[in-house]
Amino acid sequence: MIEYLPGLFRGVIVTIKLGFSFFIFGFVVGNIIAIGQVYGNKFISLFCAGFAWVFRSLPALVILYLWYFGFNLSPFLAAVLALGLRTAAYQSQFFRGAIQSIARGQMTAARSLGMSKLRAVVKIIMPQMLRLSLPYISNEYAITIKDTSLAFAIGVVEILKEGRLIITVLHNPMDIFMIIAVIYLIITRGGTYLLSLLEKHYRIPGFEISN
Amino acid sequence: MEERKEILRVEDLHKSYGTNKVLQGISLNIKQGQTKVIIGPSGTGKSTLLTCVNYLNPPDKGRIWLEGEEIIYSEREINKIRQKKGFVFQQFNLFNHLTALGNVMVGLTEVLKKKKKEAREKAMYELERVGMADCAEQYPAELSGGQQQRVGIARALAMDPLLIMFDEPTSALDPELMGEVLDNMTKLALEGMTLLVVTHEMGFARAVADDIIFMENGRIVEEGPPEKLIMNPEKKRTIEFLQKITQLYGED
Amino acid sequence: MELITYWISILPELGNGVINTLIMTFLAVSMSAVLAVILAMGRMYGPRIISTLCKWYIEFFRGTPLLAQLFIIYYGLPSWGLNFSSFTSAVLAFGLNSGAYVAEYLRGAVQSIDKGQMTAGLAMGMTKFTAIRKIILPQALRFVIPPWSNDVIYTLKYTSIAFLVGAQELMSKAKIIASFNFRFIDTFVFVAIIYLILVLLLTLFFNWLERKLKIPGFEIKN
Ligand SMILES: Nc1ncnc2c1ncn2[C@@H]1O[C@H](COP(=O)(O)OP(=O)(O)OP(=O)(O)O)[C@@H](O)[C@H]1O
Ligand SMILES: [Mg+2]
Repeated sequence: MIEYLPGLFRGVIVTIKLGFSFFIFGFVVGNIIAIGQVYGNKFISLFCAGFAWVFRSLPALVILYLWYFGFNLSPFLAAVLALGLRTAAYQSQFFRGAIQSIARGQMTAARSLGMSKLRAVVKIIMPQMLRLSLPYISNEYAITIKDTSLAFAIGVVEILKEGRLIITVLHNPMDIFMIIAVIYLIITRGGTYLLSLLEKHYRIPGFEISN
Repeated sequence: MEERKEILRVEDLHKSYGTNKVLQGISLNIKQGQTKVIIGPSGTGKSTLLTCVNYLNPPDKGRIWLEGEEIIYSEREINKIRQKKGFVFQQFNLFNHLTALGNVMVGLTEVLKKKKKEAREKAMYELERVGMADCAEQYPAELSGGQQQRVGIARALAMDPLLIMFDEPTSALDPELMGEVLDNMTKLALEGMTLLVVTHEMGFARAVADDIIFMENGRIVEEGPPEKLIMNPEKKRTIEFLQKITQLYGED
Repeated sequence: MELITYWISILPELGNGVINTLIMTFLAVSMSAVLAVILAMGRMYGPRIISTLCKWYIEFFRGTPLLAQLFIIYYGLPSWGLNFSSFTSAVLAFGLNSGAYVAEYLRGAVQSIDKGQMTAGLAMGMTKFTAIRKIILPQALRFVIPPWSNDVIYTLKYTSIAFLVGAQELMSKAKIIASFNFRFIDTFVFVAIIYLILVLLLTLFFNWLERKLKIPGFEIKN
């Protein structure tokens, strides 16, 4: 059994690489969508809202297939884009909620000092928005890691696939699946723990969404 | 009396929200070092007037001059114009994620592009002016309302504005905290800062204002120095309103 | 135009898949609802050992991917002598998984209910069990409708992975049709539209339900 561990380890690396890639991609796009939805003109706002709705409503697998078959991409890249747009849609809604919970007066005060709208968004709104959405983002990170398993369906050899390969040889499915489950628990728990440290570090006394 | 420079002139300002005509032709001017106080019933358009002057809320019609130069509205120009007009809000609107010092510095570093060190010194100086230097490292949520408003004043002051506009700066405060804010405003007026203040604190108005403007339904009803407007108003509506607020707020 | 004709030609076959998807969702959601109440109550009010077991269960099912859980049930359990068809495996996986999530929503809802409610119930002479059943749960269940409806929609979308163990539903039908006609994009765009419509209908239904069950002045403030 020991000789199969390197294979599992390779799978872990792919899982982490995939998860981080599309989480960060989703984070950036999610920010843009949220800001577009709140501060954009009618057309941009509607587009961003529509984007968020569609990618939240479609099953991950359908998005994966559309990218994979539609654009002839490598499985890994297709997975990053497909799963990335999905988490972007979810993240954008946390960010939007956070922006809307920040009092309107913050924007007005920034503009009254002579800041441009863009500068006010970057310097005043975003630092508050990111802090307020951190708890949700940390939850979304756990979901992201679990979603990497779906890339299996278009042939990305991540941990679950590596596990299945080992099982076909060793015929000990439960052992392998339990090891995989524990690995997932470590990655998701470890990550959310690190994010909770970040949350503590950036906490501002008296400033949080209360519910 | 020597002729003082005109800081702000507003002519025939109009603003509507849908069919609600909030401002219906407001004209006023302020000279350097003057303090003008605007009073008037709720919903009369006082806040709207201040935000229109700053284009935080663009007027539908009317002309505005700053230091004798007419403001031509454009996205780029307006940010420059706003730097020169301080604004102090009823709800303070301090930036939640920045300390008291950070709130005063952010305009200096981000708008005026000052170096960090220089900005910090200037910000500390302004915090000291309003008696808030000891709280420089505290976040807004850790400050009392009165302290927050003093930081709000320091934030406006730090930009070295030509004038500062106050929109009911004490009406969100408990009565025992109003004094510290009003004292600071009085000090500014005496130091020669130009102030345009919406307030119902008649004690402050009487002591500090050069002129009081009584506004109703989007129009200026009467304007004059405190001795005249408070002691000897001409218009019936002014008399009625003054009676009402003395009942409401008490004499001083 | 040609595309529309193609879509119409594959609609009956996909329609069968849709029906299976809906049945699968319905069974899983029903199972999840019962399980969630048991898990949440066990975790909050059960004796120490039950409470810990419920907590571990929830941790496990929330901390690992649904697909891994599905594989464990379909490929793993037979080695322990438990054989399920692919369809049953899928229902089990989705139900067991969603139950863990909904249990946590329910716990959150119960905790948001004023402590005074329980005290008032006990003061009237109710047992703890009655107070939970008659006072706490009816309120908590109303609070839990919005997150629960999200979870139902989640489950609907996730039934699409059932075809990875060979269950018959919308996605598996689509895959077969796509390969047979060699038209992947055309087919999956149509499938995407079908899923969007299903999600939209469910959303409208839940909005209606929420309005219907609303009690004046009684909502979660945030
Ligand atoms: N953004 C807006 N959209 C629509 N109507 C508005 C808006 N802002 C203000 N109004 C309306 O304009 C009128 C004047 O409001 P404004 O806030 O200027 O009054 P105010 O004199 O400052 O009153 P208060 O003493 O209560 O602060 C009110 O009828 C108000 O309802
Ligand atoms: Mg006002």
